[in-house]
Amino acid sequence: MSATTGGSRRLHSKLHYRLQHYGVEAACLTLGFILFVWSLTPIYNMWLIALSEHSAVFSGNLWPQEVSLEAFWVVFTQGFWYLERFWHQFGNSFIVGLSVMFLTLFIGSLASFTVGRMRLRQGWMLTNAALMTYVIPASFLAIPIYRIMNLYGLGNHLSSVILALTSFATPYAIFIFSQYGKSIPMELDESARIDGANPMQIYVWIYLPLMAPALVAVGTYALLLAWNEYLYNFLLLSTPQSMTVAVALAQFLNSDESPWNYMMATAIIYSVPPIVLYYGFRRYMAAGLTMGGVKG
Amino acid sequence: MSGTQQTVAIGRGFAGSRPARRAWLGGLHGADYLWAIAFALPYTALFLFFVVYPIGFGLWMGSSPALYTELFSDPRYIATVINTLLYVVIGVNVKMFLAFMLSGFFIRKRWWSKALLVVFILPWATPALPAYMSIHWFLNGQWGMLNSALWEVFGVDGPVYLNEHWTGLAANIGAYIWKTLPFWTVILLAGRMSVPQELYEAASVDGASRLTRFAHVTVPLMANLYLVCTLLDMVFALGDFNSTFFVSGGGPAMSTEVLATLGIRYAFTLAVPELGVATVMSALPLLIPLVIMLMRRLRMSEGQL
Repeated sequence: MSATTGGSRRLHSKLHYRLQHYGVEAACLTLGFILFVWSLTPIYNMWLIALSEHSAVFSGNLWPQEVSLEAFWVVFTQGFWYLERFWHQFGNSFIVGLSVMFLTLFIGSLASFTVGRMRLRQGWMLTNAALMTYVIPASFLAIPIYRIMNLYGLGNHLSSVILALTSFATPYAIFIFSQYGKSIPMELDESARIDGANPMQIYVWIYLPLMAPALVAVGTYALLLAWNEYLYNFLLLSTPQSMTVAVALAQFLNSDESPWNYMMATAIIYSVPPIVLYYGFRRYMAAGLTMGGVKG
Repeated sequence: MSGTQQTVAIGRGFAGSRPARRAWLGGLHGADYLWAIAFALPYTALFLFFVVYPIGFGLWMGSSPALYTELFSDPRYIATVINTLLYVVIGVNVKMFLAFMLSGFFIRKRWWSKALLVVFILPWATPALPAYMSIHWFLNGQWGMLNSALWEVFGVDGPVYLNEHWTGLAANIGAYIWKTLPFWTVILLAGRMSVPQELYEAASVDGASRLTRFAHVTVPLMANLYLVCTLLDMVFALGDFNSTFFVSGGGPAMSTEVLATLGIRYAFTLAVPELGVATVMSALPLLIPLVIMLMRRLRMSEGQL
């Protein structure tokens, strides 16, 4: 075999390789573009409607002919009768979100401390209870919980939503805390015991500080869960005084004549806190989801 | 704690975690036992008052057999059961397959793939309610963005999606996929990153092609995680209320309802709560086997995710 044929063959395969490489790159870019459009279209649609003037909403434009901030202004100044108490309701959403977050962290960490660190003999019952709650879809319990909240006298009170949502967020908390707690050496507890610390002191001074990453992950999870939840908010809170933003937003759907640009502006403002929170704590959230098997 | 360390364990289980040891050697005594009980009390109370009692109450409300004969004679209910099955089976499996493929796409490092992942995650970060509302208007037959785009580009009139049963159901399922695909892609991506790179290298040295490596390294190592995710999301999808309620609204003429929305509709629009509870309870024959399979899988993998 002469050197020239070998060389041309090598050149040929190099060319072939390069073409294949470009082909793969082009396919990946195309897929990337499709994913980009797929992910952003409904979000763009939200902005498109929110930035249109009321009359332009129905014109079927693909981009706003005249960008108008009127809808946002109306929401900010509570200038529409569905939005009369918007900022109050926004505050309600924050109260619900923060309460669910703190209660979930508090109750969940205490429970996982007894099960994982103190090893209460009946602890398995607690774990199983949490697991069972985790796999019951919340929407399936909505009707009896609605009845029961009225029995407890909590109807139309923020605490009804807070308690219901805490019950649904805590199992995940217990699960993550127990997994994460395995990475904290038991020797720490033991030495504290020898130094005469009581369980409360170990919980506050050793357990909680070392659990900080898990607390952040679960706290973010609980806050987002409460802020984004709709069904329980809707069923349990019905007066303008008590409702949260989610319920106020869905009110627009009660009539066919609603100003959809106001609705979308409300929707965007409602989405801002969770999105900011989500991207701010993304690292922790992702960690929390896979925290299952952190090793010490 | 680095990100990689955390993700390592997802595929392997936490076989490496430390064996159970007692800080309180010889069990809990006296005051310690009381402390333990006190610490367990808040969750126990929460569980009894807001989980056990509602479940019992629900079972009691839906205990009359007459409710079920009424349900089964209702053609709308039968249609709802079929919708629910389609929703759960198609929605979850199509999404999981896509998520699995996309996790392979995102694991290949490119200068733009990280930026794309940030955008790609946006549907998951957006609350369900605004997202589904937007999809509802996006699909509006007269002035929705999709039909406007079809008219601009191809000059055709698109169908009125939410006025027909099949397109309405497809819209609900599509919206659910849109919303939750990023989440499962990220989970499966973490799973893929935990597959030890040496395995691929060893396979390459042995002359395995890309396809062989995928079939004999990636697939077997990811199988359990994939199954757990599928089962878990089936449970989630079965209870999903928002997508159906806000995208198609159950319409036209209640033909795209799923069990979760029909139960609420019976209880609060038609004011027959017992029938609503019975509707939801009729999902138990589907839910319970899913949960049992899930538990088994979780135990096998020692409680991952």
